[in-house]
Amino acid sequence: MTALDDRPDPILSRPHLLGAEGLSPVEITALLDLADKYVELNRQIHKKQSVLGGRTQINLFFEASTRTQSSFELAGKRLGADVMNMSVKGSSMSKGETLLDTAMTLNAMHPDLLVVRHSAAGAAELLAQKVGCAVINAGDGAHEHPTQALLDALTIRRRKGRLEGLTVAICGDVMHSRVARSNILLLHTMGAYVRVVAPSSLLPPAADRLGVEVHTGMESGLEGCDVVMMLRLQRERMEGGFIPSVREYYRYFGLDRDRLKLADPDALVMHPGPMNRGVEIDSAVADGVQSVIREQVEMGVAVRMAVLDALARNLPGGGNA
Amino acid sequence: MSGSAPDTGPNGRRAFVNARLVDPAQGLDGPGGLIVEDGTIVACGADVTADSAGSGTEIRDCAGAIVMPGLIDMRVFTGEPGAEHRETLASASEAAAAGGVTTLIVMPNTNPVIDDVALVDFILRRARDTAIVRIAPMAALTKGTGGAEMTEIGMLREAGAVAVTDGIVPVTNARLLRRVLAYAHDFGMLVVQHVEEPELARGGVMNEGEVATRLGLSGIPIEAEVIMLERDLRLVALTGARYHASQISCRASLDLIRRAKENGLPVTCGVSVNHLALNENDIGAYRTFFKLSPPLRGEDDRAAMVEGLRDGLIDVIVSSHDPQEPDTKRLPFSEAAFGAIGLETLLPAALSLHHDGAVPLGEIVAALTTRPARILGFDMGTLAPGTPADLAVLDPQRSWRVGPDSLRSKSKNSPFEHRMLEGRVLETVVAGRTVFALGAE
Repeated sequence: MTALDDRPDPILSRPHLLGAEGLSPVEITALLDLADKYVELNRQIHKKQSVLGGRTQINLFFEASTRTQSSFELAGKRLGADVMNMSVKGSSMSKGETLLDTAMTLNAMHPDLLVVRHSAAGAAELLAQKVGCAVINAGDGAHEHPTQALLDALTIRRRKGRLEGLTVAICGDVMHSRVARSNILLLHTMGAYVRVVAPSSLLPPAADRLGVEVHTGMESGLEGCDVVMMLRLQRERMEGGFIPSVREYYRYFGLDRDRLKLADPDALVMHPGPMNRGVEIDSAVADGVQSVIREQVEMGVAVRMAVLDALARNLPGGGNA
Repeated sequence: MSGSAPDTGPNGRRAFVNARLVDPAQGLDGPGGLIVEDGTIVACGADVTADSAGSGTEIRDCAGAIVMPGLIDMRVFTGEPGAEHRETLASASEAAAAGGVTTLIVMPNTNPVIDDVALVDFILRRARDTAIVRIAPMAALTKGTGGAEMTEIGMLREAGAVAVTDGIVPVTNARLLRRVLAYAHDFGMLVVQHVEEPELARGGVMNEGEVATRLGLSGIPIEAEVIMLERDLRLVALTGARYHASQISCRASLDLIRRAKENGLPVTCGVSVNHLALNENDIGAYRTFFKLSPPLRGEDDRAAMVEGLRDGLIDVIVSSHDPQEPDTKRLPFSEAAFGAIGLETLLPAALSLHHDGAVPLGEIVAALTTRPARILGFDMGTLAPGTPADLAVLDPQRSWRVGPDSLRSKSKNSPFEHRMLEGRVLETVVAGRTVFALGAE
């Protein structure tokens, strides 16, 4: 592997990672290249690096998320940062007033990197305006979840060798999904063809204006595609409000082996997790040979290491500041 | 109307000369002057000059500035009673005076809700004792704006309420609204409605469409407005009552208003200056000062509002002045309160449409003065002799930057913050008495 501790090259032209929107192909490629190196590192016995030595990373989660939070935590620790987790749960504390209060409190602790997840779209943006450190959006409402899109892109690129020209079908609750938004933006930027597949009641208004092909049936949506990306259906949306029932949803939009046959024979099956087996995806597919769902988790740590590293380079004393 | 500014003061004879008189009610736009005596306009025209004014008259040389009727703003929220830290009637009146607004119509959505004769009286007394411009309330149309029981419309009218409305709360119950319209009609009371179907709008925080989708925010479709307006217009046709749609925001609503007027229904409507001057793209990166109800729409709908104003289909322009504090605005967009202040920027922001060549000055001034007066049944909003001397002296070309420090409202949530606006009020006169004069800057 290459020397990771050499004087670092600049990767991102921005102080924060708030979304996939606006990321250039050059930035994305550089992040994925760096993440590739971290994948190799993570497979070594000795995994510890010191590029974030002396840096403090705070994971501020207003919404519970075991996997994303632990992925960021591990990423920071592997790079030598001091990592603190703050889970702010409960309705009164998840209000926005407390968001800025919390931001001010944290700011006084002089963190270098702040990873934030919040139920409101734009929360990361608001925080970034108020704190003096690099902010990483780990999910803000139905807006964006850029590290998920990056890890998905890394997973696809390692398997398919490219992103450009691939057809990716994003299936399920697109309306409420920040994962879908970030993936649409990033994949579109990288030259992939993106389809969204969902019943109309789960499609965002003006979906066709996002540069995607819109399908309301799995049969046409999956046909010949290279990647099938399933989305999680939130429990509160299952009963009558947006779709009639779980069984009807599964019947028309669940991914099972028969339906997967419509896609390219080598199509990858992806899911951001946690999965609802038997709601949006059949276990036989989730655990099948085409599934790269566990690989996505592995790529998640590497991508987050790359993002932390890249943003730290732009901090004062980070080599590029 | 009840609820007037103090009519004390010098009230000697004053002449505003060397002015450009603009008064759509008289079809007037030209050089001239105006004489005020005892709070009333006594002469107005090209022949009024410093020489003709007579001795003992205080002469105000306007140096070519516009003298127009003071603005009548039909949609203003204050925090009095209940949230005086946001805005009092007094502070709203200071802001109004600085914007050339001489009459404020305040909405009943206070704490408590203005749904009772005693509360109407409270507003009028507080206005008389503390405010420097005229203030009159619209009273609630249903008790507590709960949408279930109608208020004492006759007695509220007698007490001085100028219309009934539930303000920011739409009346959803069609049966109740039908009865209210029928009953209000007997008393000649104007019924004002916020046209938004709440179930379609529920959870929405901005205009539905591409911008909302990209921002990951829930949208409010224009259909929420159109459905409610269309329903209401059917009930107006059924009852014959006078009905005013407080604010419309989209082309489809304008089409409904056009048809209703063509059919001779007693219908009028307003638009906020925000929906004339701004669109959904101004929200940018979740700027909560642009979170309004109805939401800022797309550019085509904004352009439709301008056309509607130009064609006279939209009757009035309002500020929809709604003071919010940092506690309710410095939040993630979906959690922030709706509303923007606007009393001080109402006239200059509306003038931008004139400067753009989109709407003649006369139409803009009419929508801010003559027409609201007519809808509310006020014998004002004109420079005609015999009417109250409520005036705004305006330099239409003077530009200024809107900064939090330059705004008199207690709250600073202006969507025009940091913008350059062209047109500034130099002096505001209520009942012959100067309540605002622009200082040296």
